[in-house]
This record gives sequence, C-alpha cells and structure tokens, in this order.
Amino acid sequence: MSARDFITDAQNTWCPGCGNFVIQFALRDAIRSAIEGGLDPDSIVLVTGIGCHAKMADYLNINSFYSIHGRTVPVATAIKMADPDLQVICCAGDGDAYAEGLDHLVFAAKRNSDITVIVHNNRVYGLTTGQYTPTSPSGFRGRSTPGGTKEEPFNPLEIMLASGATFVARGCTRKRKELEGVIREGIMHRGFSFIDVLQVCASYFNQTDVYDRAVYSLEGHDAADFDAACRKAREWDYNSDSPIAIGTFFRVIRPTLEERLGVPRKKEGTTEETIARILGERK
Amino acid sequence: MTEMSVLIGGRAGDGINSAGLIIAHLLSRIGYRIYMYFDYPSLIKGGHNFAIIRASPEMKGACRREVDFILALNQDTLDLHRDLVRDRTTVICDSSRVKATGICIPIPGILKEEGAPAVMGNSCIIGAFTRAAGIPWAVLEEVFSRHLRKGLELNLKVARRGYEMASDHSVIPAGDSPALPILSGNEAIGLGLLHGGLDAYVAYPMTPTSNLLHFLADIADRAGLLVFHPENEIAVMLMALGLGYAGKKTAVGTSGGGFCLMTEGLSLAGANEVPVVIVLGQRAGPSTGMPTYTGQSDLHFALHAGQGEFPRLVVAPGDPKQAFTWSSLALRLAWRYQVPALILCDKTLCEGYYSFSSPAASVPRIDDAPAGTPGPSYRRYLLTDDGVSPLLFPGSPGTVIKVNSYTHDEAGITTEAAEMASLMTEKRIRKGKALENGLLDLPVIAQSGDTSSDKTLVCWGSTAGACSEVGPELGFRVIQPVVLSPFPAEKFLRATRGTHEMVVVEENAYGQLEMLLNRFGVRADASVRKYDGRPFAVEELRARLMEVVS
Repeated sequence: MSARDFITDAQNTWCPGCGNFVIQFALRDAIRSAIEGGLDPDSIVLVTGIGCHAKMADYLNINSFYSIHGRTVPVATAIKMADPDLQVICCAGDGDAYAEGLDHLVFAAKRNSDITVIVHNNRVYGLTTGQYTPTSPSGFRGRSTPGGTKEEPFNPLEIMLASGATFVARGCTRKRKELEGVIREGIMHRGFSFIDVLQVCASYFNQTDVYDRAVYSLEGHDAADFDAACRKAREWDYNSDSPIAIGTFFRVIRPTLEERLGVPRKKEGTTEETIARILGERK
Repeated sequence: MTEMSVLIGGRAGDGINSAGLIIAHLLSRIGYRIYMYFDYPSLIKGGHNFAIIRASPEMKGACRREVDFILALNQDTLDLHRDLVRDRTTVICDSSRVKATGICIPIPGILKEEGAPAVMGNSCIIGAFTRAAGIPWAVLEEVFSRHLRKGLELNLKVARRGYEMASDHSVIPAGDSPALPILSGNEAIGLGLLHGGLDAYVAYPMTPTSNLLHFLADIADRAGLLVFHPENEIAVMLMALGLGYAGKKTAVGTSGGGFCLMTEGLSLAGANEVPVVIVLGQRAGPSTGMPTYTGQSDLHFALHAGQGEFPRLVVAPGDPKQAFTWSSLALRLAWRYQVPALILCDKTLCEGYYSFSSPAASVPRIDDAPAGTPGPSYRRYLLTDDGVSPLLFPGSPGTVIKVNSYTHDEAGITTEAAEMASLMTEKRIRKGKALENGLLDLPVIAQSGDTSSDKTLVCWGSTAGACSEVGPELGFRVIQPVVLSPFPAEKFLRATRGTHEMVVVEENAYGQLEMLLNRFGVRADASVRKYDGRPFAVEELRARLMEVVS
C-alpha cells in the first residue's frame, strides 16, 4: 500500500496551520512503517471521538469507527476484545479523553487493554469555538469563561501513571519526527499505550511560541523506572512556564486484558445441546 | 389434584429466595407446575423477605391472595401476611422467633446440636414442610442433592430433624406430570439470547437484570460467551457497539436508570447501524424509585429513547416461554435488519421463577443480513431496496469498513449534503418497513380466552400472567401485543375485531399502552392501572375488572 492510499478523497476542513495535519501525517507514517514491519493493513481499526481531531476517521483510508464525544476508548477496548488480532488505535481530543470520557481512559489504563490512545491535546475546544478544556492553563479566557477559569488544569500523564498505563508518552505537533517515533512505539507496545500530543490550535489557542521555546526531548531517562517517570511527568504541570519533555516517560510489559480474558473457548457441542444441558440442571 | 400455595418468609440473609426455589422444586417433583414470586426490600441483612410459591396442574403467572402453608422464620411472616391466611392454612415456624400455633420447631437448638450455621434454618423448616405436606423424604433428598451447591450432608441432617418434628398435616396430592425445569425470567432471556446466537454480553449491575449478568457469567465458559462488566452503562453500550462492529452478536442489560445513560449510544446504534440488543428490566420509578419492586412505566421511554429518528424493535415478553422465543428473535432480527432491539421486561418476569417448557425447537430461524463482498468497492452503507446494507467486519481482506455517527455517505464518510442526508434517512425508513415485513409471520400478538367474546382485555408484559388467568374466567378475550415497535397495528385491529367493550390493564399510572393504542385509533372503554410496585394478584385483578366492566 503506498502512502497516497492512506488518505481518502474526503475534503479536508481543518484550519490552515492546524496541528492535526502533523498528527495525521505522523500517524500515517507510523502505520506505514508498522506495515513495513509486518502489520496487516486490513487489521488496523481507527476509533475517533467528536471534535476537530475526529475528522481523522474521514481522512485516513483505514477501517474506522467514528464514535461520539468522549466515547472512543470503550469502543476501542471492545473491538480489541472481540478480535485480538486487530490493531486498534484511538484518536481522541482533550475534551473527549479528559472531560466527557475521562472514566473510560482511566479504566482502559487500569485494565491494560492493548490499544493505543493518541490524545490531540490542543488544550481548547476548537469545533465548539473556543472554550476551556481540562488541560487549559488556569485563568484561560474562553467563551464560557470570559473572566478566566478558576481551576487548575489536569496533568494527564500523572493520571495515566496513577491508573496503571503501561506505556506513557508525550509528543508535540511542533516535533513531527519525534511524534511519529512515539506513535510507532505506542502501536508496537503490547498493552495500553497513552500518548498525549501537545497540538497547536491555530484558531483558538496558538501555543507555537511556548512549545518552540520549552519543548525538549527526553534523554538519558530510564522509561522502566516508574518513580523517574512520575518525577519527569511532574516537571511541567500544564500551567506554569517550565521545560516540557517529550518522548517515552514510562514503559513496562504486563499481561494485557485480552491475554487475561482469553479467547472464549470453543463451545462443547451445539448451542442447542448447551441449552438442553442447562435446562436439565434446572429440573 | 388441585392447586396450592406456600409462603416462606424471613429476614434478608435467611436465604428465602433459595429456600423458595427448593420448595418450588419439591412441588415440581411431585407433578405440579410452578410460579414463584420473590419480594424483598433493597437491603442486604435484616428486613423482611418472602417468597410465594404457587403450584398448579397448569402453568400460572401470578399469585393468589391465600396460601395453604406459611413457613415463618420471623414474626413478620405471620404479622404482615394475615390476609393470606385461611382456616386451612398450615403454619410452620421457628419457635424461637415466632409466636404461633401450628408446627413450631426450635430451629436454633437443632442447628446448635448439629453444628450447622444459622443460614441452614431454612433447610430445617423445609424438612418440616416436606413432612407436613406429605411429600416423601426421598423427594427432598433428590431435590437437595440436585440443587444445593454445598453442605449437602449437613443440610440433609438439619432437614431430617425438621421432618421428624412435623407430622402429616395437610397432605398434597401428587400428580403424574414429569418435572419441568424451573427458570427465572432472566434465565429464560439469557438462554433465548444464546439460542439466537449470542457471542457477548456486557452489563453493569442493576436490579432487576443483575441476575441475568450473573447467570451468563456463570455459563460463559461452556457457552463460549464473552461476559464483561465495565465501569458504567455508557461504556456498556459503547462496548456493545464496538463488539458488534467487529462481528460479535452482543446484548446488554440494565434497568431504567442505566438505560438513561445508554440512550446516547442507542441513538449512535440507530445512526451507525451496528446491531445491538438491550434487555431493559423495568422497576418502580421515577429515578431510584423502589429498586426491588416492579412496574411497567418505561414503555414510552423504550419506544422513544435517543435523539433523532430511527427504526427499532421493542418486544415485551410476558412469560419465560415468550422471553426465550423473543430474546432469540430479537437478536436475530437486530442482525437481520441492523437495528437496535429492546427486550422490555420487568422485575416480576426477570426475578420470578416458572416451570419452563422449552420452545427452542419451534423458534423461527431468521438469517443475518447478507454478507458483503470483500474488496475496495465495499460500501458499509450501500443504498439497497430494503435499506439493509451487506455486512463485513474489520479484518476483511483489502476492505475498508467505516461506521460513522455523523450523517454519512455510502462509504461511511461524513457529509452534510442535503441530498445524501435525505437518502440516508429514507434508507432507515426502508429498513423499518423491512423489519415490519419480517414480523408478519411471527407470533407478535398472544391471545387467550374466548376469541369470539365481545369483551376484550388488553395487556402487555408480565401482567399477561394474571390477565390470561382472570380474563377468560370473566368472559374476556385477552390480547397481549408482544411486539410494541414497530406496532403490529393491523394484526391488533384484526385480533380485537368485534369488541364491544375494551379494558386495558397495565402496571403504570398514566396508561402507556393505552396512549400507544390511541395512536392507532383504538380507544379503551376502561382501564385498570396499578403502580404500587407489586404485581397484580389473581383476586385483586378480578375485583378491579369487575368494578370497571358492565
């Protein structure tokens, strides 16, 4: 399959300069390189929520489940349970993953469902035209908070580390090559992979200058060390002006949900026989 | 051989439900057909629980307002049910907790002597009942050995002590019908789903369908099922759609509150055409209401839940046989027409126990929607004459399968084009018509009584149990529409033709079935409604009907 085949002919409606283009091409290239490594393109399923990010389902020419707001993760978990041979990738927004559907994200990490969740974290609601999200900085003036928010942002990496995610990474749309790297690593990771992608929103929250100044790549960090991962995750709280690390914070191999569930055993005999046996026991 | 009823009561934690079921099996073994109602408050220990076991030569689906035996493990059992006691009623009680005249057994002393735990008190009283009812000891031994999961020896010892302390008191004549299985409505739904080809069941616990989750989890291994309990009902519904997208025939179960959380996903199923079956067990609402009591107040919720317009199947079985048949059919119809299907039941049916004669062999076969042809030209939402698009699942070679919550084109790509929006809406309308046609040969309406009578009683769901018993007695023909969406209007009108007087019986306050009938020009002459959380008893319904009919 050539690179061109991965893009549908649906008209692209992202704003010029949108960080989603970078994520789209990074994801496409990560998938392409995984296919070169032996991944069956027919086995890939993309699940998206609702928001600017979610148009990925229309734009990438792969199996997709274009879900509803906040509800990517339970769909993805179930697809993987149904058929562990599928490679399931979620693209979710920060409103999707951290507000409307935070519970699902926490539970997927807890279960170590073998899916990859890429959060397009532009720290603002774009498609609903500029309200604050769980990762907007404190005091953010959005259309629902004209006087500035009166609350602190979440640190999604800390939440994921606390919830049991076995792969925790951060990327940034200003660093395309590094982003492709963590996405590829997330896809290849056996277990729940979480990638928070700091994404520029050209229209409502353009953090290009901040990210260009503060973002640096993790080096000499031991991703097997949980405490070191927690320390690194706390270096930036999504609020203050401090260095922002990108790369893989934490990675460990643990049994996945699908491995622990096992594929349902072949039924002994026909369904009719099973029913008859159960009825016999109820006499 | 006539009929008889047994009431057993005690505190929560005394094992009243399982004791009731053991009594049901004893009576089943000596040739009776069983209906058991279990009444319990929403607490774990204490309170007052009771079960009424009705044994008759024929199948029944309601209780009577009199009992032949009262087995009292607490004083409440006598004090709260005095209205059920007749001169002939035999009282058997735990003399340490209950003041009564009858067969009084010092249960704690016996348990202490045998070194048995307090929960075995119910075996002791069952032993006394067995003797008093003249049921051979061997029947009790057989029932215990078949249905007690643990502690058989000790339970038998304790039961024997009770047996020896009683005497033949009110001997029950035995019949010669071989014992049938005894199933709860939940189990009948579960087996019906299995019969329809169920691959997966997802649910968050909620009365009255929690026991369906427990039952399917129990049999998951040997039935080859995936059973999963996720974080909430929102996840339940979305997981079901993920499983369905990947080709797994999936059902979910809940009650009204959980279904509220599922409605967003239900509408998604309407839009993305991924089949799903929802078991909706009604209980007394609104909101938390009375969680362990029954009601029929979610009919309109089931009919209209979810934003937007899309076809859906709603079936309301009234007994385990219909529950089995229509659970199987609901799953198959959902997959044939790619629509959401609701099995609307209630606490009475879900948690009631019934003698069950399996309809497995006679459930009509319905094929899945046609399979698509893998390849680059596959379109998940191909526009077809009947609106049903061929199905394929991810992993199909060279095929891209896109489902979408947005208005979409045939390939599943989002569109806001006026023409495509109309075409996709009309596709859904055609699917609804196809579903209606698919129901033509199915038993969508159940009838009993004299079909030429000019007095008609209309009911739905579990209320059919009391109605099909009392209605014919009072000269009614009884009509129970089992399918409520798409409503089989033509068949209903045909079944009620010649009606001079129509009464609608339902367990809600606003008359939800009656409102539905009004839409098809049907006007009832009288209505009998009940909304206290308790199912109609036979005598109660008889009296209420006699008040309203000429």
